[in-house]
Amino acid sequence: MSAVATGSVAWSRRRLAFGRFWRDFRQHRGGMAGLVALAVAVVLALVAPLFIDQSVTSVVSGTGVKWSPPSLAEPFGTDESGRSVLLMVWWGSRTSLLIGFLAALLSIVIGMVVGIAAGHFRGWLGATLMRITDWFLVLPSLITAMVLAAILGGSTFTIIVAIGVTTWPTTARLIRSQTLAVEARPYIERSKALGGGHWHITTRHVLPNVAPLLLASTTLEVASAIVTESTLAFLGVSANKTSWGTMLRASYDFGAATQGAWWYIIIPGLCILAVVMAFTLCGRALEAVLNPRLRKAG
Amino acid sequence: MTAPLEAAEPAAVQAAAGPGDERPTHRGTLQYALSKAGGALFSIAMVIIGTFFVFRLLPGDPVRNLAQGRNMTPTQLALERHRLGLDKPLIDQFADFVGKTLRFDLGTSYEYKRPVLDLIGERLGPTLLLAGVGLVIAVSLGLWQGTRAGWRHNSRFDRVSTGISLVLWSVPTFWLGLLLLMVFGVGIGPIPGIFPTRGIESVDAPDGFAYVLDVAAHMVLPCLTLVAVVYAQYLLVMRSSLLEEVSQDYVTVARAKGLRDDEVRRRHAVPNALLPTVTLVFMRIGFIVGGAVTVETIYSWPGLGQLFYEAIRVPDFTLMQGTFMLITVAVILMNTLADVVYRMLDPRVRSA
Repeated sequence: MSAVATGSVAWSRRRLAFGRFWRDFRQHRGGMAGLVALAVAVVLALVAPLFIDQSVTSVVSGTGVKWSPPSLAEPFGTDESGRSVLLMVWWGSRTSLLIGFLAALLSIVIGMVVGIAAGHFRGWLGATLMRITDWFLVLPSLITAMVLAAILGGSTFTIIVAIGVTTWPTTARLIRSQTLAVEARPYIERSKALGGGHWHITTRHVLPNVAPLLLASTTLEVASAIVTESTLAFLGVSANKTSWGTMLRASYDFGAATQGAWWYIIIPGLCILAVVMAFTLCGRALEAVLNPRLRKAG
Repeated sequence: MTAPLEAAEPAAVQAAAGPGDERPTHRGTLQYALSKAGGALFSIAMVIIGTFFVFRLLPGDPVRNLAQGRNMTPTQLALERHRLGLDKPLIDQFADFVGKTLRFDLGTSYEYKRPVLDLIGERLGPTLLLAGVGLVIAVSLGLWQGTRAGWRHNSRFDRVSTGISLVLWSVPTFWLGLLLLMVFGVGIGPIPGIFPTRGIESVDAPDGFAYVLDVAAHMVLPCLTLVAVVYAQYLLVMRSSLLEEVSQDYVTVARAKGLRDDEVRRRHAVPNALLPTVTLVFMRIGFIVGGAVTVETIYSWPGLGQLFYEAIRVPDFTLMQGTFMLITVAVILMNTLADVVYRMLDPRVRSA
């Protein structure tokens, strides 16, 4: 009975905290703009299969004129095989966003587990985890991701792994320092005195406390994963599916610049820029709202 | 590129707080340097071990990879395997690999049929030139603008320059490169292409001073791209670390003494704010390396980054492995240097 009561108290407190958070977040105009832009991008990517399919990226389906500039019929022009850049950008957003989200998720999960463990377990385990984190932190991440993707062979899954495995250490460090701060509080000692084990303390006390920061860092991580994915694709390490990065690679390979086909270079790039800026704005607003240190600094 | 923004600020704050708060031991700078060097050696050893296993144990038969799908008889395969020492037990292969690496024998490139180390040596100069010049410009521009923006917090200059750097932050390096290539290299509309877009020198490169000018002209676009993506992080970090200093007591004291605004900034606030930023320049060297690979690829700059890119494209695994190890080891060494120099520069950390 008492467990239920404490549970509902905790939940109503969380609801209150969420209400406060939402009120603060709405104050950030940039953050709200980013959120709206993101919602639009995600919805467009999700509904794409209702209107178009894989065939828009197929070379043989290009029915238009090659390198035709933007017009009423083709708002974003066509590429080297007469495919519509508009439809390709739309279809490609699915790959770009999917890889961005999943790679960020993988990176955050590794970072969270390692970070909490390194902060919670003092002694050799924590020290070893920190050593490993620092080692991964100094590795040049783009180079390492290229090597991993090249060796594992290009598929959506390997690109996700390559990005996730090379970008988690920053999250791990952030979460570790937060974990240390949380565990220094008296209620952790109380919980230990009442017999709370490692699992109980980390999942019931530490995790809810670091969760808000995890959210902010996930948002920023998705932005950087999307950029990394497009960079990898541009450097020739890709999942062989149409994404914004592979489109830009094609524009480079087929000499869009010398053809004067500015739309083929500008449109996919603007898509990346817009989505990444939206994520960055959201992430910074979240950080400003959730990070007490930044809040104090104003 | 977006990557290090999240990392930059906590790192700077952490650096400002000083490593002393985690290990309150009283060690001399020399001892500290030695322990850092030990850590670096350990990291390098991990890189060598990691490289060995990643390149051996992941899917794909190395011989078939080297053959790149060419048809080979089983006898040829076995011979090749024997020549490369792949028929030995894994532990012997590992010993061979470590021994050779320590003697700087990085193997022979399959694509170029030449020692990897020679290839790297040829490409090192152009990369150092490009990255060095780019870094100097980016650091000076970033620190200067960051100081101005942070000192006049919320001024028009602050808002404009922070806005620009946030946009540059989100721009993928390669896309910015493509845009600059299109506008200034090829020319668009009424703008003619002014700068060369490929390589480091013209085919009919002149001698003497004219040669220097020729190389400089080739360097404009790659350098501009590199600077544009890199300087934003210095600006943002310098700005935020100056913001932290502005509210400190000693700044108020300096003002109360009657120092001019300019003097307070130049002699009191900036030197303190500079420390975390300068460390960051070294700490994020890996990011610049990534940028260099991209920029060199776009402008066919004959440097290390382009060599690495070619190794990935072929794929030439020996070359890939050699360049990867070299780049990583260089980055680790730079980071260690940054740690030690930082401790020497900052009296707060030294006395801790």
